[in-house]
Amino acid sequence: MPDVNMQVDLAGVTLKNPVVVASGTFGFGREYSQFYSLGELGGICAKGLTLHPRMGNPSPRIAETPMGILNSVGLENPGVDAFIAEGLPFLRKFDTKVIANISGNTPEEYGIMCEKLSDAGVDMIEVNISCPNVKAGGLAYGTRPELAAEVTETAKKHAGNVPVMVKLSPNVTDITEIARAVEGAGADALSLINTIRGMRIDINTRRPVLRMNTGGLSGPAVLPVAVRMVWEVFQAVRLPILGMGGVSRGEDAAQLMLAGASAVAVGTALFADPFAPLAVRDGLAEIAQRQGLSAVSELTGGVRPW
Amino acid sequence: MKVERKCKIVELNRLDPVTFWMVLEVGKMVERDGLRGGQFLHIKCGGGQLLRRPISVAYAGWDEPEDLATLIFEVRGEGTAWLSRRKVGDELDVIGPLGNGFDASQPGRYLLVGGGIGIPPLMQYGECMEWPRTAVLGFRTKDKAFPAITSRFQDHCEQTYICTDDGTLGRHGFVDAQVRDILEQDSNYTAVLTCGPRSMLKSVATAAAEFGVPCQVSMEERMGCGVGACLVCAITMKDGTVKHVCKDGPVFAAQEVDWNA
Repeated sequence: MPDVNMQVDLAGVTLKNPVVVASGTFGFGREYSQFYSLGELGGICAKGLTLHPRMGNPSPRIAETPMGILNSVGLENPGVDAFIAEGLPFLRKFDTKVIANISGNTPEEYGIMCEKLSDAGVDMIEVNISCPNVKAGGLAYGTRPELAAEVTETAKKHAGNVPVMVKLSPNVTDITEIARAVEGAGADALSLINTIRGMRIDINTRRPVLRMNTGGLSGPAVLPVAVRMVWEVFQAVRLPILGMGGVSRGEDAAQLMLAGASAVAVGTALFADPFAPLAVRDGLAEIAQRQGLSAVSELTGGVRPW
Repeated sequence: MKVERKCKIVELNRLDPVTFWMVLEVGKMVERDGLRGGQFLHIKCGGGQLLRRPISVAYAGWDEPEDLATLIFEVRGEGTAWLSRRKVGDELDVIGPLGNGFDASQPGRYLLVGGGIGIPPLMQYGECMEWPRTAVLGFRTKDKAFPAITSRFQDHCEQTYICTDDGTLGRHGFVDAQVRDILEQDSNYTAVLTCGPRSMLKSVATAAAEFGVPCQVSMEERMGCGVGACLVCAITMKDGTVKHVCKDGPVFAAQEVDWNA
C-alpha cells in the first residue's frame, strides 16, 4: 500500500478510506463478505429500507444499456426492524462504517425509521428522496425543494446524534436548488447521484425490457453526469459530499473527489467485479501517491476549472 | 465458498450455429466447492457488456491438473455471442459455484424432463445420479436434438423419450404429454427434475402435481450480481414472498412457485 493517508471525514464520521459501497448494490453485506473482509471498505451503504417489508417490482428488473444498466428493483427489502435484528449485527462484526439507507411514504415514516436506526446505533443515515422506481414518496420528495426540506427536517429531528446524509436525484432541472433546501433544513451531508431515469425497448416485441417500463440508469455511462452534479453542488453548499455514479476505477473516484466529493461510492461496478471497491481504493491511493499528496483528502474540490 | 478466478477454455465445439459446448478448467471448484450440474457460473463477457452472463453447468468433475466444468449454451445476445467467439486456451473471468442445483440426494427413482437449452443442466443427473432414472427430452425439431447431448441420457437412463414440436424425431408434441403418459402408467417416482422454458415448467409441474409426484423446477430470470446482493432476479412465490433465482435457486420446489405471477 502506498504511503498516503487514506482516511477521510464525512460529516464527522471517519472512514478508513474514501471508498464506500452504494446502497442497493451490496445487500446487507453478507454476499460479498464471501469474497473479502468487509473491513476493507471505508463504509457500507446498506440496501434501502422502508418501515414495512416490501416485495419490490415484477421482473424483469434489469436491462443492459450502452456502458450502463437500467434497474427497477422497487426497494425490495425486509423492513427496518428486520435489518436492525439481523442485518446490522452482522455488519457490526466488521471494522467499517455502517450507513443505513431509508425511504418513506411520508415524512413521519422517515422519522420513525431514523429513531429506530439511531437507537440501534448505525454510523450514519442516508435519506433516500430519489428512488425513481417507487410510486409513493421516493422521487417525489427529491424533486421538490420544500418537500425535500420537510423530510430532512423530520429525519434530523429523530436521528439523535447520528449524522443524516440526504441522497439527491439527478432527475431535476437544478440539483443545487434541492441541495440548498436540504442544507437549510439541517442535513449533515449529501450523497449524489441516484440513478437517472431511462428506458430500453425490445424492438422485436416492442415491449420495454423492464416490466415497469422505465428504470434507473447507472454504470460508467452516468459518470460524467455525476462529476458535473457533484461539482455544481460542491459550489452551492458547504456540506460534505459522498459522490457516486459510474465509478469503476481509481481515476473515476479521483474525478468525483476533485469535483468536490469527500468520499465516493462504488455500485454497479460490483456486478462485473465483486472486488471493484478494493480496486478503486488501491487505484485512488496510487493516484494520490503519484501526484505527491500526503493525504487522499487533498483531492477534494481540487478541480481547476477554466 | 464462492470464488472469482480465471478459467482456461480447454474445449470449445460448435454443435450448430447458435449452440456451443465449452469445457473450462475451474481450479478446485468441484473438489473443494462442490460445483455440480444444475448450478451456474457467472462469466464476464467482453465487448462492452457490463453484466456477467449466468451459464448453467451441464457437467462438473474432478480432474487433474484442474477440475473441469462443461457448459452448453445458446447464443442469445451480445454477451453469449462474444463467449462463442473465444478460442481454446483463452481465459475467462468466472465467479462460481453459484446457485443450488437439483436435489437428488433422496434414494429412489427420478424423472428428468428437459426442454431445448434447458436440457444441459440435467445432463449430469442423467449420466451419473446414483438412482435409476427416466428422461424425457423435448426439442423444437430433429436438428436440435444433438446426439452429443441425447446420448448422455440414452446411455445411462433406464429409458429416454424424445419429443419434438414438429414431429421430426420421436414423439410429435410437447414433453408434458409424454410425462403424463409415463406417470399414468407408473407414478412411483421420487421426484421430477425439470428445466426449460417457463411455460414448459408450468405444464410439467401441473402434470407432476396431478400424480402427486414432487417436482423441482430450474427457473430463469434476468440477473445482475449473481450472488444475491442486487435483488434483480426476483420470482414470486405462492405464499406472496419474493425469492431470487441466483441465490435461492435456480432450482425451486414447483409447488412453491406462483405460476400465474
